[in-house]
Amino acid sequence: MNIVVLCKQVPDTESKIKLLGDNSNFDAEGIKWVLNPYDEYGVEEALKIKEAGKAAKVTVLSIGPKRAEEAIRTALAMGADDAVHVEDAGFDGADAFAVAKGLAGALQGMEYGLILCGKQAVDDDMAAVPQMVAEFLSIPQVTVVSKLEVEGSAIKAFRDIEGGAKEVWQCQAPAIVTATKGINEPRYASLPGIMKAKRKPLAKKTGAEVGSGADQNKTKVIGWSLPAPRAAGKVFKGGELADLVAQVAKLLREEAKVI
Amino acid sequence: MSNVLVFAELKGSEPKKVSYEMLNAAKDIAAGTGGAVIAAAIGSGLAGVGAKLGAYGATKVLVADGVDKYNVEGWATIAAAIVKAENPAVVLLGATATGKDLAPRLAAKLGVGLASDIVGFRMDGANFIAKRPVFAGKAFTEIGFTAVPALATVRPNVLDPGAGGGAAAAEAPASADMGAPKAQITEILAAASSRPDLTEANVIVSGGRGMKEKDNFKILEDLADVLGASVGASRAAVDAGYADQSMQVGQTGKVVNPSLYMAFGISGAIQHLAGMRTSKVIVAVNKDEEAPIFQVADYGIVGDLFEAVPLFANEFKKLLG
Repeated sequence: MNIVVLCKQVPDTESKIKLLGDNSNFDAEGIKWVLNPYDEYGVEEALKIKEAGKAAKVTVLSIGPKRAEEAIRTALAMGADDAVHVEDAGFDGADAFAVAKGLAGALQGMEYGLILCGKQAVDDDMAAVPQMVAEFLSIPQVTVVSKLEVEGSAIKAFRDIEGGAKEVWQCQAPAIVTATKGINEPRYASLPGIMKAKRKPLAKKTGAEVGSGADQNKTKVIGWSLPAPRAAGKVFKGGELADLVAQVAKLLREEAKVI
Repeated sequence: MSNVLVFAELKGSEPKKVSYEMLNAAKDIAAGTGGAVIAAAIGSGLAGVGAKLGAYGATKVLVADGVDKYNVEGWATIAAAIVKAENPAVVLLGATATGKDLAPRLAAKLGVGLASDIVGFRMDGANFIAKRPVFAGKAFTEIGFTAVPALATVRPNVLDPGAGGGAAAAEAPASADMGAPKAQITEILAAASSRPDLTEANVIVSGGRGMKEKDNFKILEDLADVLGASVGASRAAVDAGYADQSMQVGQTGKVVNPSLYMAFGISGAIQHLAGMRTSKVIVAVNKDEEAPIFQVADYGIVGDLFEAVPLFANEFKKLLG
């Protein structure tokens, strides 16, 4: 069985988000781009399955601009075997539907038993592409998975739901599974891994080759805004801590009315 | 063509609060589209659901009864049949574990767009425009739709549920045929904790690296017991092994929206602030006066959390009598 890991390059979670002057997008100036942290769990899980002798090959698949190559190389440096990069201006500002259509189109030309990725990308937080890919390929999905067991073509996935409960889903490959924190601890790329990644095969594809692009968008971003800044609060210091706590507790009751 | 369809989120046969929040929003949307508010319910033992959903604004409820448990492929099949039959302009689902799993699959099946986890909306004439957080709330985008119907999942505990009191809605049966799903739920493992989910909690007490070790979270548990609160943690605390990953609040954890968020020993890294900044009231206790958490806190105390936490527990016990 081959595993395909869907990857997205996103701004690092420590990034401060500023907007362009016309509020048409966020300002990418100075942004550090990384492999989506949830997709890292997908890469790690794929490598673990391969290392256990249950998969033959791990392929990275990503749609994104030229710079997305860095995130792809990160996944290759972790240990993935090869990669497909769909790079096409038609995907600039693409919505989940158009991206999922493109990924499904690319996957149709590949061999896969299991498709892994993060439960969401930490930029747009849409958490929609994997489920859409599953529907386009008519394969089962299990999202928000914190534990995965693969035996031959049998897949057992533990899905996190509200309040810490878990649904246990079972199905046969091929299927798509989206990973959440807790499923594994992603490895760091080693220096030899990084060197090797530079020579691993990275195939390029266009939107036309995967059958999607701007014409597949079903939504459009009308504008961006920033949250209203929180008003400065009161900071208490000095004196007896017991008095400070009593004052704050009283304010929570009488001023803020939340107790 | 102009109706607004709400897929109710149910616990057994009882609508969850987010169902009422969606119905109340649907009234405003329908005023713009010039249509009616209709609802759909998928589940089992659903007799009487028309009265409950009618009270909050549904004029008709499509009932797919006899569906014992959730199945994303099966529910997408049932929901798509309802949408095609009703031909609404806008479809709302809850941004819950179920809704977030189901809605994208439904959108793909219908060939339409989706806005996930919306926290607001406006009408531009008859056009529905959704507002949603991105970067875990560091910014917002407004989303317009170029395909009909527009699909959106609605974040719980944000929109006003309204007062209820409306007339019972007529119930109409809908097909409960799930087709042949390829994946099934074979078991549900109960939660280890009896506390409310962080995303639904009204009060959260949260600990960071300043908690120093796992056992020290016991004092937060005790404080949470006094307040009926849930216990959260920063990424630093989770990465250090002090707290379970399911407790993590932030951009790579849960985004929370409580009335009161109490941060103990949390410095306030930007990715943590993103996950809790929409809390109504924030209290922070930290030894470091320069900690960024004080910039978002409504009430801050510079001091030792190990002294402050039990003191808070005592004060709240007194206040709550």
